Amino acid sequence: MITNNDIQNLATLSRIEISEEEALSLTSEIDSILGYVSQIENMPVGNDLEISSQRNILRKDVITHETSQYTEDILSNAPRREGDFLKVKKIL
Amino acid sequence: MIDLQKLTIKDARVKLDAKEFSAIDLASTYLEKIEKTNTELNAYLEVYDDVLEQAKAADERIAKGESLPLLGIPLAIKDNIVIKGRKSTSGSKILENYISPYDATVIEKLKTQGAVFLGRTNMDEFALGSSTENSAYGVTKNPHDRGRVSGGTSGGSAAAVSASMALGALGSDTGGSVRQPSSFCGVVGLKPTYGGVSRYGLMAAVSSYDVIGAIAKTLSDAEIIFEAIKGNDPLDSTTITNKTYEKSEIRRTKSEKVIGVPWDLIEGEGIDVAVKENFRESVKKFENLGYAVKDIRLPNCLALYYILNFAEVSSNLSRFDGVKYGLHVDGKDLLDDYKLTRGQGFGKEARRRILLGTYILSAGYYDAYYGKAQSARVALRAQFEKIFTDVDLVLTPTTPAPAWKIGEKSDPLSMYLEDIFTVTANIVGLPAVSLPSGFVSIEGKNLPLGIQVMASHGKEDLLFEVGKKFENLSR
Repeated sequence: MITNNDIQNLATLSRIEISEEEALSLTSEIDSILGYVSQIENMPVGNDLEISSQRNILRKDVITHETSQYTEDILSNAPRREGDFLKVKKIL
Repeated sequence: MIDLQKLTIKDARVKLDAKEFSAIDLASTYLEKIEKTNTELNAYLEVYDDVLEQAKAADERIAKGESLPLLGIPLAIKDNIVIKGRKSTSGSKILENYISPYDATVIEKLKTQGAVFLGRTNMDEFALGSSTENSAYGVTKNPHDRGRVSGGTSGGSAAAVSASMALGALGSDTGGSVRQPSSFCGVVGLKPTYGGVSRYGLMAAVSSYDVIGAIAKTLSDAEIIFEAIKGNDPLDSTTITNKTYEKSEIRRTKSEKVIGVPWDLIEGEGIDVAVKENFRESVKKFENLGYAVKDIRLPNCLALYYILNFAEVSSNLSRFDGVKYGLHVDGKDLLDDYKLTRGQGFGKEARRRILLGTYILSAGYYDAYYGKAQSARVALRAQFEKIFTDVDLVLTPTTPAPAWKIGEKSDPLSMYLEDIFTVTANIVGLPAVSLPSGFVSIEGKNLPLGIQVMASHGKEDLLFEVGKKFENLSR
């Protein structure tokens, strides 16, 4: 059984602020959804080696474009900016 | 006057090349239709202000003698596929003012062909939902009954094609999001093989399920769009090549095709009576066309589907932090900035899925849910390899019921259950298409019904071959 406390913990972990009211409705919704998906334990399992047979595809670490070619395009969407930096509140 | 209702991409190509009308004529006619119809349906979130300029550029190319399949053809683009210099919000408030700095690969390909982009279409926020009711910008109404949903998450795209507000559209399919709204709106929806179309520039929902798909009035039209957008892409390392599924050519050598039907899933509880009846009629049509129909066993894959969905969605949505792009809500410190931005920027379904995914991926629960689902996915793929040694295609209704009334499904779980027939193709990576199969009359309105055909990996050609024969029966 999922509790209200669990929901608040999950919200903190995923960095989402939810109201007390919403936490209440989410508790019952999430509880019933988790109840439904726990049917997974009845499904047949496969060869686990196949899961790890996927591999990453990397490209060579070489220069692909001119310096600063995309900087303005990318930073133009930044909510808080200072020069060519993304601005954030201090961490410590 | 161009008759938009009867027009197909194939027709339009012939007429444009014969100079029967120009790309500007065509685009203007669509703009007029959109002006008349979009306010009520809310299929488009934005109609571009340079449509006629795009059409003019297409006309100049046609005048020079160029003839590419989509040159001058007006298309609608789902709001999660980015176009350089244009807004893309993925149906969310958290990206309300986001202007993309780049083109999705599919957009680049369509630009090369000279397609005309009419605008961006409405969708459930971040492709989470089955009705477009989860859009932060209002629901899209079904053109066949304005009191009902158009389906989701590509509801806007399906409604646009259905209501003659676009000649074709791009959507994205994570668990049925191209096929289901196409079925609800009475049009064709194609989900390609996973990796068949590049996801570069498609805002990620579930990276191991997502595919960009085509929505059109006919299967030939959907094929034209598919041919234009498919292909290996170095910018998306999950894309396949022509050689990836070459070996599966050898498996079935018989010339007569066999269609598998999972009757126990279809005859079971929870499937609408009209859907069952329409489906049985459709099966008879395939038998009359000369296909053998065989009973097969398929599991209910919803639990598997949703566990991986929640997990991958919670991971993919963690990039929205109010720092790099999108909404920023100011709090007392950095942690507060994150919590307020995400709490206010995400809609209810997005928040719910992030919490579910976080739970499923957390220590202590990871193995029981995510680990188990991964393993079950491997088993399901193996099961399908076997199935496709017995049959060439799998046939089901696209949805368990026709479009529901707006607001009718307030319980999230009840909405998840509607995906029963479509999720399998995403879990296994199979190509699948939804074809209109008839109507059911409810409260004086004719609601479209659809059937879904699935083929093995890379076998879109088989979907086109068999699907066109079925389509011709209702012409």
